[in-house]
Amino acid sequence: MRLSKLTATIFATVALGTTAGSAIASEGPELKHVEFSFEGPFGTYDKAAAQRGFQVYQESCSNCHSMKLVAIRSLGEPGGPFYDEEHPNANDNPVIKAIAAMFTVTDGPDSEGDMFERPAKPFDHFPSPFPNEQAARASNGGALPPDFSVLVSAREHGPQYIYSILTSYEDEAPDGVELRDGMNYNPAFKGGQIGMPPPLFEDLVEYSDGTKASVEQMAHDVVTFMAWASDPKMEERKRMGWMVMIYLFIFALLMYGSYKAVWRDVEH
Amino acid sequence: MSGYPGYDPKSGFEKWLDARLPIIRLGYDTFIFPTPRNLNYWWTFGGILAVILMSQIITGIILAMHYVPHVDLAFDSVQHIKRDVNFGWMLQPMHAVGASMMFLAVYIHMFRGIYYGSYKSPREVLWIVGVVIYLLMMATGFMGYVLPWGQMSFWGATVITNLFSAFPLIGESITQWLWGGFAVDDPTLNRFFSLHFVLPFAILGLVILHVWALHVPGNNNPTGVSVKNVDKDTLPFHPYYTVKDGFAIVVFLMVFVAFVFFMPDALNHPDNYIRANPLVTPPHIVPEWYYLPFYAMLRAVPNKLGGVITMFGAIAVLFVLPWLDTSKVRSMRYRPLAKLFFIIFVLACVGLGWAGAKSPTDLVFVTGTDAATGAPTGLSFLWFARILTLYYYAFFVVILPVLGLVEKPKDRPESIEKSVLKSAPKEA
Repeated sequence: MRLSKLTATIFATVALGTTAGSAIASEGPELKHVEFSFEGPFGTYDKAAAQRGFQVYQESCSNCHSMKLVAIRSLGEPGGPFYDEEHPNANDNPVIKAIAAMFTVTDGPDSEGDMFERPAKPFDHFPSPFPNEQAARASNGGALPPDFSVLVSAREHGPQYIYSILTSYEDEAPDGVELRDGMNYNPAFKGGQIGMPPPLFEDLVEYSDGTKASVEQMAHDVVTFMAWASDPKMEERKRMGWMVMIYLFIFALLMYGSYKAVWRDVEH
Repeated sequence: MSGYPGYDPKSGFEKWLDARLPIIRLGYDTFIFPTPRNLNYWWTFGGILAVILMSQIITGIILAMHYVPHVDLAFDSVQHIKRDVNFGWMLQPMHAVGASMMFLAVYIHMFRGIYYGSYKSPREVLWIVGVVIYLLMMATGFMGYVLPWGQMSFWGATVITNLFSAFPLIGESITQWLWGGFAVDDPTLNRFFSLHFVLPFAILGLVILHVWALHVPGNNNPTGVSVKNVDKDTLPFHPYYTVKDGFAIVVFLMVFVAFVFFMPDALNHPDNYIRANPLVTPPHIVPEWYYLPFYAMLRAVPNKLGGVITMFGAIAVLFVLPWLDTSKVRSMRYRPLAKLFFIIFVLACVGLGWAGAKSPTDLVFVTGTDAATGAPTGLSFLWFARILTLYYYAFFVVILPVLGLVEKPKDRPESIEKSVLKSAPKEA
């Protein structure tokens, strides 16, 4: 074909153009390279890790970080860390009910016009630790702990980035770095100074499955949980994706065969 | 023997209807249409675009049922769609990725038109309608990107609407009129939603005009030689090109769904997962990839008004392209010099996109170090963009007009049929 060279050039350049568009360089500190179960086209969430990660979130992170957009029930929906095939409806899942009951939410107004508190139900969203942004800042030295709902998606190389933040704290700032008041030294954070004090330390939580709660282990687990929270339909999406790809592949073969058959007597 | 006998109503009902509303005849004439027998795969992108446009409209209508155009609720409503609406996790990325796919296809479609001279007489109006469609696509895509109300949505809207303030005297009034206030805020979001919903139907109407304008002169073809003998040079669009386009559409859909299902955020900026905050400016405000070449042109000019004019001029020049190109030969297949300049033009467009994604002070390549500061020196993306912008304009206003007068084209085939019979090896 006369155009083949041109064809190749254009495809190459278009491909280059799209990557140039998406790969807007992350000009930050180097990230640690860790692998996660959910990467790649076949990746799924490691359920045990996500459950442990939920425990870390629950016992530690949630003291400051909200997760407003996530409903408690979604923990037990397909792809969620506590999904149970015996209870396809997460609202019937006893684990989910028990988790929900651990939280208290404000509801109302009742028939008297008063707000009241009640134990959370699976349909409630995770309650926030602070009533508003100002309260959150006031309790955290002016810094706002970001909401966890889509945090992994909201950072370039989200899983690696958050893992690196959690595991890169250093006790002492190196010479020449003047830490501002209330700041902590963390070379993985842009500028090296972060408001959040080191959130994880050895044996912060006691894992029921006997896993040793090292800082790296907890960081890895909580990132798995947060990745799920950001993209809870990922497993369903990839599963459907493969079915669609196979369908289209067969469809393409049929179309190509039809094309050849229709055009067989026509020189073109 | 003529391959195009025309519509012949057979049943009584068809005859009855044909005398009253010849709608079956319209469909027949649209699809049993003489089409050059030598169209290659570059000609399939029109059909691909029609399919994506329909996909965008259908997914868009469903998303609009669940989306809330309010500054306090828009961001959450998109998450609600992805988490709680049945198949919302699929519809939202289909729509967002679909926009990228539509621009990818339209750029290939336009480059094809330029390479084969599809804008030349008698297809000038066909081309101009196409450029209007492209302009509306840019406006629609931009407003759609604002709707999720993330950081890039908000700041992208701020940067783009502020462009209009560059115009002297009336600039500020225009900008405030666009905003519906004194900053990008709730009224802006609401009107963008309204316009984003309605403009695709304007695009659809223009697509119908585009197809109509195509059916008057008929398709151009890779040789650029006009159809001389309908029986020998052409084939009915259906089934020959429905099946060939159909194959190409399915292959294109495979690329499309690969993004939708396996990397739905690959073409997105992570900052758009951060709720819009007028008090926090992101370190780098970058538009979607399909606007990057124009963004690079905007920043290439030191004067704001000059940058805005340069950017809009880059599209405006396309309207007069049919009269800038002085060559009588349509296809660059027979224009060796034009072909060379065309390839450089495509590379320049991609290079501009690259420059748009980078900070202007970044270096394309390093040539040495500054003696005083030790900082690396070399070609900055600012100057890279300036050179490429110059080439972009030169291609249209200097190269094409002059080349038509001085270039000696190669011999062209006598007819479409001859061109096909000579190139013996069958097309893969």
